Amino acid sequence: MSDLNLQPNIPGADDFYAGLLAAHDGLSKEDSDALNARLLLVLANHIGDRAVLDNAIAVAKASA
Amino acid sequence: MNKIFEVPMYAYSRSPDQDSETPIRRPVVVIGAGPIGLGAAIDLAQQDVPVVVLDDNDKVSFGSRAVCYAKRPLEILDRLGCGQPMVDKGVEWSIGKVFFDERKIFEFDLLPEDGHERPAFINLQQYYFEEYLVNRVTELQAEGKQIEIRGKNKVSAIGAHDNHATLEIDTPEGPYNLEAEWLIACDGARSPTRQMMGLDFVGRVFEDNFLIADVIMEADFPTERWFWFDPPFNKGQSALLHKQPDNVWRIDLQLGWDIDKEEEKKPENVIPRLKAMLGEDVEFELEWVSIYTFQCRRMEKFRHGRVLFAGDSAHQVSPFGARGANSGLQDTDNLAWKLKLVIDGKAPEALLDSYSQERVHGAEENILNSSRSTDFITPKSDMSRILRDAVLDLAETHDFARPLVNAGRLSVPCTYDGSALNMADALDGPECTRPGSPCPDVKLGDDFLLRQLGGEFTLLTIDADAPDLIEEDGIEVTRLALSAKEDTTGALKARYLGDEPSAVYLIRPDQHVAARRPSFDENLFRAAIRRATGKE
Repeated sequence: MSDLNLQPNIPGADDFYAGLLAAHDGLSKEDSDALNARLLLVLANHIGDRAVLDNAIAVAKASA
Repeated sequence: MNKIFEVPMYAYSRSPDQDSETPIRRPVVVIGAGPIGLGAAIDLAQQDVPVVVLDDNDKVSFGSRAVCYAKRPLEILDRLGCGQPMVDKGVEWSIGKVFFDERKIFEFDLLPEDGHERPAFINLQQYYFEEYLVNRVTELQAEGKQIEIRGKNKVSAIGAHDNHATLEIDTPEGPYNLEAEWLIACDGARSPTRQMMGLDFVGRVFEDNFLIADVIMEADFPTERWFWFDPPFNKGQSALLHKQPDNVWRIDLQLGWDIDKEEEKKPENVIPRLKAMLGEDVEFELEWVSIYTFQCRRMEKFRHGRVLFAGDSAHQVSPFGARGANSGLQDTDNLAWKLKLVIDGKAPEALLDSYSQERVHGAEENILNSSRSTDFITPKSDMSRILRDAVLDLAETHDFARPLVNAGRLSVPCTYDGSALNMADALDGPECTRPGSPCPDVKLGDDFLLRQLGGEFTLLTIDADAPDLIEEDGIEVTRLALSAKEDTTGALKARYLGDEPSAVYLIRPDQHVAARRPSFDENLFRAAIRRATGKE
């Protein structure tokens, strides 16, 4: 297994979550979808580790 | 003036074979005088294998068709004696620009590393390519090589047998029969040979249509590859502009799936589309218009007994990445030396199974790359379009997103990793020359490494001792001795030594690496020669 961190890791989790929602304020569904896609790509590039990314995709798929 | 593709290049003439009471048996018959069939025939004829090429037509390719030729195929064509006219006539390019909507989002440069004789890419109409190949056939005939092209010879039936194939051929003067010890089918994506033999061709159909137009115009667009995603003149679709020689420009416009192909091809519908793209005031003339739909698929194996498939008859890809004609030439490059050894009794027939294995591996790589390009260019779902557009939006300002933009991954030769002909890698050397790799070129004074390697087995020694000639069971291997100390460019060391002080490479006739070690060891290299020729 890759070292994908699935433990709490974001200091000020509520503030982060509020910031995420605020970024979507006032956006149409289309613009929000586009924002999410850009955000996903920015974060994925920052992680950069293919094993971690593959593992993250698997975890996200299994959580629906 | 007639266009070159309107004039018969190999007009029908009666062969004495047609008057024989019993069918004549030829060592090798090639079906199809396209670039791949002619490439195979020239390669074999140069090695003194008599070869007959049959074609149902008598002219070169109608329209420009395949226009992008990559470095490796040009190197192969050098060995076939046609590289220079290609490069002299072709248009060299290395800059690509990518547009999204109305904005240029970035540009890239395919500028190759130094020390390669041939450029990364040239653009050239397929009809010129075929003309140079036909000229080369004529040249070989003048040298006394046994090679002929029979125009208007349409194969109507094929019988596959253990040690030969039988052919029924229609001509303007009626049918005749011919036999071939070996048959090479280079008759294109719709291969009648494949159909007559009832063989599979499995893969994925992409539900899309593309309009290709060759226009002749005096335009000051630079010699670059321009690719548009969702441009204002073709909303929701893609477009491509590429320069060819003679002021001919290739334009590809994606049209979508639900269209009337015959309607769309009419000049009154094509011209307004082109004006929207090029500007109302640009004067141009249409040379050729076609609409294509593409598929990505391949045969399960490329050898069926005495019948070998090469080029589009064996595998078909989308045009993004220029992986059609380029990979076909790598097929015949892989096949010709093996077939020569088998015909001469110097290698077992099983060596030809490695042709199928290695080129299926190449086809898989090409299909994977071209399918991915197609999925990026034509998103198949709402979410894939959202992600695609996100990549393009980010690529405009952020470097990190640019490698994700996929407007075609341009053809590079494949490495035959895991091939049964390779020895395990015994050198801690550069990745790019591991066993299975195509040899990268190096400038050697006024010459180039690939020219010195030629088309025979070679023992390349770099600051290492070895005999000048080894003969192993009929296979002669001559030494090419080089020294990294004499190479001021450093490319020989970078590409063939890495941090090792010396190296010995066994290089196949198709210039792929079969084995490498830090020093010569007679038993190990004899084993490598046997393995590379299918003997163990």
